[in-house]
Amino acid sequence: MRFHGKVHKFGNDVNTDYIISGKYKFKTLDMNELAKHVMEDLDPDFYSKVTPGDFIVAGSNFGCGSSREQAPLAIKYANISAVLAKSFARIFYRNAINTGLPVLECDTDLIDAGDVLDVDLANGFIINRTKDIRIAVKPLPQVMIKILNDGGLAPHFRKYGGFNFD
Amino acid sequence: MGKTIIEKILSSHSGQDCRANDIVVAQVDFVMGQDGTSPLAIRAFENMNGKELFDPDKVALVIDHSAPSPLEGVSALHKIMRQFAREKGCRLYDIGDGVCHQLIPESGQVGPGSLVIGADSHTCTYGALNAFSTGVGSTDLAGALISGKMWFKVPETVKFVCNGVLPAGVYAKDLILYLIGQVTADGCTYMAAEYTGEAISALSMEGRFTVANMAIEMGAKAGLMEADEKTFAWLRACTDREFTAVAADPDAAYHKVLQFDVSALEPQVAKPHRVDNVSPLSEVQGTTIHQAFIGTCTNGRLEDLRIAASILEGKKVHPDVRLIVAPASRKVYLDAMAEGVIQRLVAAGAAVVTPGCGPCVGTHNGVPSDGETVISTANRNFKGRMGNSNAEIYLASPATVAASALTGVITDPREFLK
Repeated sequence: MRFHGKVHKFGNDVNTDYIISGKYKFKTLDMNELAKHVMEDLDPDFYSKVTPGDFIVAGSNFGCGSSREQAPLAIKYANISAVLAKSFARIFYRNAINTGLPVLECDTDLIDAGDVLDVDLANGFIINRTKDIRIAVKPLPQVMIKILNDGGLAPHFRKYGGFNFD
Repeated sequence: MGKTIIEKILSSHSGQDCRANDIVVAQVDFVMGQDGTSPLAIRAFENMNGKELFDPDKVALVIDHSAPSPLEGVSALHKIMRQFAREKGCRLYDIGDGVCHQLIPESGQVGPGSLVIGADSHTCTYGALNAFSTGVGSTDLAGALISGKMWFKVPETVKFVCNGVLPAGVYAKDLILYLIGQVTADGCTYMAAEYTGEAISALSMEGRFTVANMAIEMGAKAGLMEADEKTFAWLRACTDREFTAVAADPDAAYHKVLQFDVSALEPQVAKPHRVDNVSPLSEVQGTTIHQAFIGTCTNGRLEDLRIAASILEGKKVHPDVRLIVAPASRKVYLDAMAEGVIQRLVAAGAAVVTPGCGPCVGTHNGVPSDGETVISTANRNFKGRMGNSNAEIYLASPATVAASALTGVITDPREFLK
């Protein structure tokens, strides 16, 4: 999987309330509706600024806070292709992999707002086209690669009837 | 080399002699979801071709976050949960029963050595009972509903040794806010916290739940404590089930061991808009507040309501302040009524709302207005958390919130405890 798009940059500790506020997430399971409010408290116009394929790039501890799976889903439905951060909060990280949103740990100090990136998921690297540099990505655990390759945890379960990491 | 508490619990539940950073598939003892996460989990369950629950007696769904429903959309999601519970035969806690993290421990389903997952980030609360419990998302929950298992990366552990004696007027909430301020919001990311030391032993079980509850606010996967006589006495009041304490080995390997002396600790607050933006209360003393909230899975227990009532008794809430109280469970509510605690709170001007999450998550029961300031006993003060991104939230102990509700400004509760 390869993605190409421009960067929307955020800081450290972006919590799941900022990704999708509790006042919306309890109302509906319609992710297209929730996607319109993604990142709203940090940037009220965020949704309208996204071109399909764009990236969210952040500092450390992205996705901290609640366990709401609506957070990675709302990002995915807002047509963001992947989230890049220095580190992720663990529940968000699992939720993203389980629902098929690519999340990559890398040195995001090498990336600025508006930069254009190529992200090569299969080979684990990023090319910052704007700065003409290659950025290494911390590899995912094998278990997560397996789940991602199956398309998420639900397809994994459909395929094997349970966990199968052998 | 010895093992930490979490290495032992994950070893016993995976059948593997596991250590930090191993990846294991482990059996879970109990699985819980709430109304913000269960509807998506039910959808994932169907999407996984799930037919039956792995064990209906080990599953509970709790309607607590937005209960009773304030909106049609929420009602539809609650209906999905009720139907699923009826069809699959699991327990459903409906509106008015209380907050999941009070109900599951009260039900006797979790104790020393248990492994529990819940689709709510504050599931780490049961670490106070010497259990490994952790928050997951809806899809992980669905996988566990079907298989009774989940995969885990065995976390490293940070040990918090809390020495000394908390001064009068300084509580478990002040202690955990202080610790979070020290290590910051990602101080324990991917790791477990073990809380130990004489200041932890001295806490009531209610206080221990408060401390374990906020482990997630430093990014921790779990907030574990040892089991002692208080733990077993608390459990005996809830269940006849037998549990065996799980202690860390003296030569267990820790990522870090942090030592604290709490003897000189002052009341603490978390300032807007971050839980780790912590300072002594004295720094913000006198800040005007418009709403005060006592409740949640952090501080809605009987001891919390008692402390608040003792400060509010015979007085009146400041005319420019709304005081909202949400007991953590029906049992807490009944016990607080039996003691006259609820009467004292209501007489002082409190509005008591349905046992549950109350206004914590911003869906109902007290959404602040633009430019207003709230002081709350909850665990999160993110911008917009209570439903309005133009409001500010301070987090503090029930004593501090009660004292501030009386004066209309952030107030040191020790003024009322003399």
